[in-house]
Amino acid sequence: MKHLVSVEHLERHDIERICDRAAAFAEVADREIKKVPALRGRTVLNLFYEASTRTRSSFELAAKRLSADVVNFSASGSSVEKGESLKDTILTLGAHKPDAIVIRTPWAGAAELVSGWTPAAVVNAGDGKHEHPTQALLDVHTLRQRLGGLDGLSIWIVGDVLHSRVARSNIMAFQKMGAKVTLAGPPTLIPRGIEALGCEVRYTLDELPQANVVYALRMQNERMDESWVPSIREYATWYQINGRRLGPKQVLMHPGPVNRGVELSAEVVDSPQAVITAQVAAGVVVRMAVLYEVLAHVPSTSRSPEGVPA
Amino acid sequence: MDHEKVVLDEDDMRRTLVRIAHEIVERNDGVGGGESLAIVGIHRRGAILARRIHSLLSDLLEREIPIGDLDISFYRDDVGRRAEQPTIHASHVDFDLDGRTVVLVDDVLFTGRTVRSAIEALFSYGRPAKVQLAVLADRGHRELPIRPDYVGKNLPTSRSERVNVHVEELDHVDEVRICENAEVVA
Repeated sequence: MKHLVSVEHLERHDIERICDRAAAFAEVADREIKKVPALRGRTVLNLFYEASTRTRSSFELAAKRLSADVVNFSASGSSVEKGESLKDTILTLGAHKPDAIVIRTPWAGAAELVSGWTPAAVVNAGDGKHEHPTQALLDVHTLRQRLGGLDGLSIWIVGDVLHSRVARSNIMAFQKMGAKVTLAGPPTLIPRGIEALGCEVRYTLDELPQANVVYALRMQNERMDESWVPSIREYATWYQINGRRLGPKQVLMHPGPVNRGVELSAEVVDSPQAVITAQVAAGVVVRMAVLYEVLAHVPSTSRSPEGVPA
Repeated sequence: MDHEKVVLDEDDMRRTLVRIAHEIVERNDGVGGGESLAIVGIHRRGAILARRIHSLLSDLLEREIPIGDLDISFYRDDVGRRAEQPTIHASHVDFDLDGRTVVLVDDVLFTGRTVRSAIEALFSYGRPAKVQLAVLADRGHRELPIRPDYVGKNLPTSRSERVNVHVEELDHVDEVRICENAEVVA
């Protein structure tokens, strides 16, 4: 696998291989020396056009635990503010010969485009409302660790599906791993025609007790430029996952950061059913596995003097 | 496949491992000594042979000694040069290595690159006092200055030949074969 830009391009065996490898990497984090030399001499460029805490730090930690060199680039305070295009930025940074570019942008499809402008491996760390494939992989990994596998599971994804790149990637990944996915939320936040991805849609949480896994999405207040719900309080009344709605055997997931008291009540965030912290821990090992996957089978760009494609 | 020859059968392998276990005890101060001994196998078949040697040593020394296993995939020096990515297993070294005599166990010693990787991997867990190397078969063609301390059988081979170690646990048979242009056992 040269790039990871979409879950759509992954087969079930690819997802299983990455998760198995992540499980092997988990042991590295428990050692006194939390580092292996697998990607020694490789350079990973973290190119973030959007604010991020957990994704960026986990990619950086993942690269460092594999002994790669890491360069972090933020759009703010850079030539991007002077009007430089994405393509020119990639060509400029490409001159530094990174072996992998981890990119987050607010633009859907940007990662796919970038993969055509650089000989480096490209990993999509979130492109607008489109996809967030490493989040989906770490969620699959977390469920495999917790429940052994996803075959036959009923997974409900609840909340703001419309603005969620996590939801799109996760719907595909969960289904490829054998789970049945149901989306639930207010009609304004469920995209029309999303059933074409093979999932069911519900506008109430009446059937939520059937779910094995409840995956709550963050209400993305920063993207709420229109009146998608009457009010946050109204949303919480109808769709908040709380102690009354969450069964004792259901697993609770959330991509973070959590709006406590909105999509989740404080009691369920801190309950033993919540695997939110495990998801964060899985983020590092799964991203180690992804970087190893895209870099371990291609020669270093320093040994491959091919030019940057126009 | 031009030819394939069994060079160690089930009985030969058992006797060879017993001899290696005795040699390890003798080299490490005899029965009753070797308190600091530990066994670490290299995935996959080295780890299986290490478990067998460990069992023999536990009987000889009449006590349990620590055992671990290593996957050296992340320590290889050919990342980016191999056509296929390896299957990776988790390593387990759940004891303190510092000050111990660690016997690394592998099935076949060839170029020495796997052992180099294993030594580097081992040192990421701690600082053993000594590292010794036990192999079931040494087929030569070393590319690094690495020498085994315990050898089951020296097998002079040509580069075009393969040495395949089969173990009951994975292959349903215990034997060592030399094959010409044969498929390698992963």
